[in-house]
Parts: sequence; structure tokens; C-alpha cells
Amino acid sequence: MNEGTLILYSIYIFVLAVFVGFEVISKVPVQLHTPLMSGTNAIHGIVMLGGMLVLAHAATPLLVWLGFAAVVLGAMNLFGGFVVTDRMLEMFKTKKPAAGSKS
Amino acid sequence: MNPKILSDIAYLTSAFLFIIGLKFLSHPKRARRGNQLAAIGMAFAIVASFIFIWGGGVLREGSNAGVLIIVGILVGGLVGTLAARYVAMTEMPQMVALLNGCGGGAAALISTVEFANFAAGRGESDPLAFGATLFGAVIGSLSFWGSLMAFGKLSGFMERAITSTLQKLLTLVVFVGLIAVIVWIGMGGGTMAFYVLLGVSLVFALLMVIPIGGADMPVVISLLNSFTGLAVAATGFSLREPALIISGTLVGASGTLLTLLMCKAMNRSITNVLFAGVGAGPVAKPGAKAGGPAKTHREITADDLAMLLGNVQSVIVIPGYGMAVAQAQHVTRELADMLAGKGVDVKYAVHPVAGRMPGHMNVLLAEANVPYEQLFDLEQINPEFERCDVALVIGANDVVNPCARYDKASPIYGMPILDADKAKHIIVVKRSLNPGFAGIDNEIYYNPKTYMFFGDAKGAIQKLVEAVKTAG
Repeated sequence: MNEGTLILYSIYIFVLAVFVGFEVISKVPVQLHTPLMSGTNAIHGIVMLGGMLVLAHAATPLLVWLGFAAVVLGAMNLFGGFVVTDRMLEMFKTKKPAAGSKS
Repeated sequence: MNPKILSDIAYLTSAFLFIIGLKFLSHPKRARRGNQLAAIGMAFAIVASFIFIWGGGVLREGSNAGVLIIVGILVGGLVGTLAARYVAMTEMPQMVALLNGCGGGAAALISTVEFANFAAGRGESDPLAFGATLFGAVIGSLSFWGSLMAFGKLSGFMERAITSTLQKLLTLVVFVGLIAVIVWIGMGGGTMAFYVLLGVSLVFALLMVIPIGGADMPVVISLLNSFTGLAVAATGFSLREPALIISGTLVGASGTLLTLLMCKAMNRSITNVLFAGVGAGPVAKPGAKAGGPAKTHREITADDLAMLLGNVQSVIVIPGYGMAVAQAQHVTRELADMLAGKGVDVKYAVHPVAGRMPGHMNVLLAEANVPYEQLFDLEQINPEFERCDVALVIGANDVVNPCARYDKASPIYGMPILDADKAKHIIVVKRSLNPGFAGIDNEIYYNPKTYMFFGDAKGAIQKLVEAVKTAG
């Protein structure tokens, strides 16, 4: 793929992802706001992979350590995010769904 | 198979699982499954990157980066998991802020490394990747420092908002400065200019979060959460990694929408949250308003209160953050169970923003095993207050403040409130008459139907439980 196509292709992905991101959570009940925030927080923990890439490429010792720090922070975000979200949602597990339940 | 194709297929799978996971996360029944699906998606993505890095010969010759990657994942993963595992449910908002800050910090660091690579002429660069690197650096550090500030505010290091005209002017100046530095870099400012950019981003983040009161922190965290998503998407552009673009953008978009939904639940606009500085004004002292009639309140003892509760038919419990910090949700349930055992009809009224984040109170009550059937949201419960004998307000304040209905000058004006003042008796369990999170006085304390029952929520309810027991 040449340079121009690659850039355009990235922009395609970006634009489509914006729409999917908006559409996918259109109607969310208030009691799920906190878990949903925490869940999306975990998903951006994927930044850890970016840290891994720059660490693998790193050319100087300084860059190696910066990359290492990025991996550590990313891993905290990723693992902590999923665990904390699961703990929140575990509380709801045996409960009936909120919508439509009348006392 | 070519490792690049193999890893791309795994990335595609993970993107699919993230989307399904998000979809499930917005339904109460399937939320937990959604989070698990997203986690499985993440596992796919991690495996994909391992294949790509080790199988694709990305590692530099003779570098120990491979070992460092493993060590980094283990250390960060362990710290993150343990922290998330053992944090108290009441501290959840702080925890999310902290984890979000980690993500933002990681994005800023990645952008820093990428910028150094551009500056040294390593790897190919296009204007989009270059711009994305700067964007990732600014938004990433904004998110990092902003989240740390939010964490500090929620932990109570600096609860009140601080606003002044000077501060607003300063924010504007720093913002202009930020643009100027970006232009400077664009014109070839080099590494020096980049460090200045990181510094200015820090100052801007501080100026942005300082004026916002503690009560609005959830909205700020949600906003910073979507910022981190965008920063991650930006690093995806600069690293040419579609998986990061997709995931980061998904979070950026859904996080923005979620932020708006939260504002709506609090009946606020996002500009109002960011610039109005609720809770910034001088704290009104109870009974000290000039010109107004002297306000008086009545107190009640545990024994009298037990007697009262023994002779009623229906009680609506209104839990607030004060109950949560005192860890009184368990003893509150005990009290409710005892009353229910005596034939009293007990219900819980959960305000949308009770606790410190929308939905936080539902989590806390669920933790204390309060039956789901006893939880009612605002629209369901409000018509019932008129028929209810006792509204038992435990550590809640602003969510029952009647001035939200009529006082246009009040910072919480227009926020839907629980109609506790319509009940026959109102019992307020609270440490003192001090104003709540929004920093405003609450006239419900001086209502002739109100009895104040002072004490920290846990101790007070404990005393009440004992009193109800002895009253038989």
C-alpha cells in the first residue's frame, strides 16, 4: 500500500469507529453509567500495546525506559480497568434487570 | 501463515469483541458478560501484538526490550489488578480516575518516544502521523494530570472549587500558549519545543480542573476518559496501528456520549459543569442568612426515633454518599430488615446521582445485599412520598434539597430531587448541619416536620438498631 492510501485507510477506520462508538451505547440506564465508564476505561488500556511497540522499536536507553513506563502504565489501566468493572457488575449478577420491573 | 496476517486477524476479532462488549455493557442483564467479552477481546489483541512483535522480527537485534515488555506487563498488571481487587466500593470513582490517568500517561509517553523518533529521522513520517503524535502528547498529558487532580479532589485533598476572573483569564492565556507551541513545533521547533508543549499541557490541565467542584468530578472523569480514548487513537495514527485507532476512537466517541448522558442525569450542561464552578461561592452558614428568620431545627434521640419507627406503616430510606463513606449500608439494611420484620413497608429511593457517580449508589446497596425489589428510582418513588409516613434521609443532602425546585440562583436549580419533604415525617441522619457537596444550605433541616438525628451514619444507625431491638 502506498503512503496516501494508508493514511486514507486510517481515516476511514477512524470515522467509522466514531459512528459505531456513538451508536453502540445510545440508551444506557443511569445505574450502568459508572460501570460503563469503567468498562470503556478498561478498553483504552489497549494503549499498552502501543507501549510494547515503541519499546520494541526503541533506539536509545532513554526511549527504552520511556517505553517501559508506558507498558507499565498501560498494563495498570488495562488489568485494573477490567477487574474493577467486573467487581462492580458482579454486584448486579443475581438481580433482576432494572427495565420494566415493577416492584 | 504470515505473522502480520495472523496478528491482523486477531486484532479484527478483538475489535469485534470490543463493540459487542460495549453493546452488552449498556444493558443491565448482560453488562457483566459485556465486560468479559471486552476482556477476551483484549486477550486477543495482546496475543496479536505478541505474534507481531516476536514473529515479525520487530524487536531490535541484541535489545532486551522483549524481557522488558514481559516485566512491564507483569508489574503493571499485578499492581493494577491488586489495586482494583482491594479498593473499597466507595472509592470506586477515585480508582477509575487513577486508572484513566495511567492510560493517558501511557499515551503521552508513547507520543514522546514517537516524537524523538521523528526528530532523529527514524522511520517514515507523514503529516498525519506527526500531527497525531502532538495531539496524543497534549491530550494524553491533559488526561494524566487532569485525572490526578480529579483523584485528589475526590479523595478530599482539595474539595472546593476555586474560581476567579484571574484564573479564567490565565486559562485562556495558557490555551493560546498551547496553540502557539504547537505552531512552533510545526515550524521545526524540535525536541525543546516538545518538552515545552508537555509542560504547557500540564499547566492547562491544572487550570482546567481546579475550578470544578468535587460534585462534578464524575463528569470530569468521564470526559477525561473519552480524552484518553482519543489520545490512544492518536497514538494509533502515529504508530500506524489500526487496533489502537479503533479501540481509542470507540472509547472517545462512546465516552463523549456517556459524559453528555451523565450531565443530563444531573440536569446540567457540559459547559455549565466545566465553567460555572458549582460550590465555588462562600459556604453559607446555617441560620446565618441576613434578614431571614432565625432557622431552628429539632433533634431526636435514638429511643424516641425507635418508638416513632415502631408505629408507622411505611418508610422510605434515602441513602446518600454520607452513608457510603461511613460504610453504613450494611447496618442500614439490618435496620430495614428489622422494620420489615415488624410489618413496615420499607423502600429505598435511589437518586440518579446519589453517591459520587451516577449509578454508584446502586452498586453500594447491591454490595450490602439490599433486595433489588426494594430499590426504586426517582420517577417511581416520588409519587409515593405523599403517602409515606417517614422519609429516612441517611447521609444524603443535595438530592433532597427543595430549593432545586424554585430557587433560580441555586447551583442545583432544576436538578430533579426526591420529594422527601412531602412525607409525614422526615428524619435526617447527618453529622452536622453543614452543607453538602454542592456547598449550599438545605432548608429541609428546618422543616417543622423534620427531626435531625446527629451522628456519623454508621454509629447513628447502629444506635437506632439497638433502640429498635429494645423497644421490641
